[in-house]
Amino acid sequence: MYDALTEEHGADAQWAFGTGIEDVAAEITSPVPDGVDPADLAEYCLMLGDDALVTGHRLSEWVSNAPELEEEVALANTALDLLGQARVLLSRAGHVEGLSSMAGSAGSTGRGRDEDALAYLRTEAQFRNVAMAEIGDELDFARAIARLLIFSSWRLAVLQRLLGSTDPVIAAVAGKGVKELAYHRDYAARWTLRLGDGTDVSHAKMQDALERVWPYVEELFRTSDVERRLAGAGVAVDPADTRVEVDAVLDEVLAAATLERPKRPPIGTIAGRGGRQGVHTEHLGHVLAEMQSLARQHPGATW
Amino acid sequence: MLTLDDLGVIRGVETDGDAVTVTITPTYSGCPAIEVMRDDLRLALTGAGFAHVEVRTVFSPPWSTDWISDGGRRKLHEHGIAPPDRIGLKASGPVPLTLVAPAAVVRCPQCGSPATDELSRFGATACTALRRCTACREPFEHVKEI
Repeated sequence: MYDALTEEHGADAQWAFGTGIEDVAAEITSPVPDGVDPADLAEYCLMLGDDALVTGHRLSEWVSNAPELEEEVALANTALDLLGQARVLLSRAGHVEGLSSMAGSAGSTGRGRDEDALAYLRTEAQFRNVAMAEIGDELDFARAIARLLIFSSWRLAVLQRLLGSTDPVIAAVAGKGVKELAYHRDYAARWTLRLGDGTDVSHAKMQDALERVWPYVEELFRTSDVERRLAGAGVAVDPADTRVEVDAVLDEVLAAATLERPKRPPIGTIAGRGGRQGVHTEHLGHVLAEMQSLARQHPGATW
Repeated sequence: MLTLDDLGVIRGVETDGDAVTVTITPTYSGCPAIEVMRDDLRLALTGAGFAHVEVRTVFSPPWSTDWISDGGRRKLHEHGIAPPDRIGLKASGPVPLTLVAPAAVVRCPQCGSPATDELSRFGATACTALRRCTACREPFEHVKEI
């Protein structure tokens, strides 16, 4: 069996799973919807994909560190779902990027970067995730739960609206993602309830965790130019449209958990730029240093 | 043996002479078993005499546990894994928050008792939850409905 696996991949073996999914997944190479700029679509796939990739990486830091085995398994499974979503979205971004550069320059090969190159060989400023995805939780379980509650409530609302995206890959990721995110959100919500409505100590820790994460909430609802253009074309969602729904979910959870909604001012943008434009907190550099070190030290290595 | 067909992940098979194309879909987005499924299919179909074997992956429509066959459910049960309930068509619109786990009856695959508790919504694999039977005290896995 192992021989067969090795032989099958041969010289094409790469980092993620030993094969690029672009070559085997039918939908990745679907045509770009009419009237949509491929560069915009690639950028949007990176936004959705990087949110999932970076959050998944943060969750994976809990492996071997969680308070109980069950929670470790839960956080790792959640990370795996997000990683799966990221792989498809990054592959789509790379495919569309290839189309975009083919149109732009005569000498282009017409082939964009693959998922591995996008995950492992981009620098901080080339990532398009929101800050909520990258901030560290210093292995404080309450902070991990606070981030997951907010992130999954928001992403669920976004993906719900993307079920009808005119881009078939985004719609397909949304179709699977909605089911997955509903589990993630319920998991985080129940832990918020248990900690918030638990002992004095757990209540204080959960409230403190929310206070720390809250400044990054505002960015989730900020609309980038790319999102605005693609929302008009039926490809994307204007994240501002999810605010009422996400607020209602968070208010319901916080009220049940006897927690206060924090009143922290948002972390501001730099000259109007944030994660969607490649402007990140200092946390992302640490994430990438760990996530990319093996791939950068041993380019193209296989096992 | 629980087959890929029982699991509902095979979405299509087309043959053309000595060429065959099989289309499969992952259970969850990050299901790590998809690569092994693909290699197993290649191996089996090559062994069955097909000179050209292509295994394609599709993500849409999303896999549902409703696609697990009756035979598949029986086999899961026989292996000590509680099969999923049938969920049918879900209402569209926002997914409701469930702060309290719904009181689902999942029977113990060992003794058949309906008195079972959920230990963790996430089991050893993405598609299972971990439960225990309060009658016979055995822990068991449950394929959770999606």
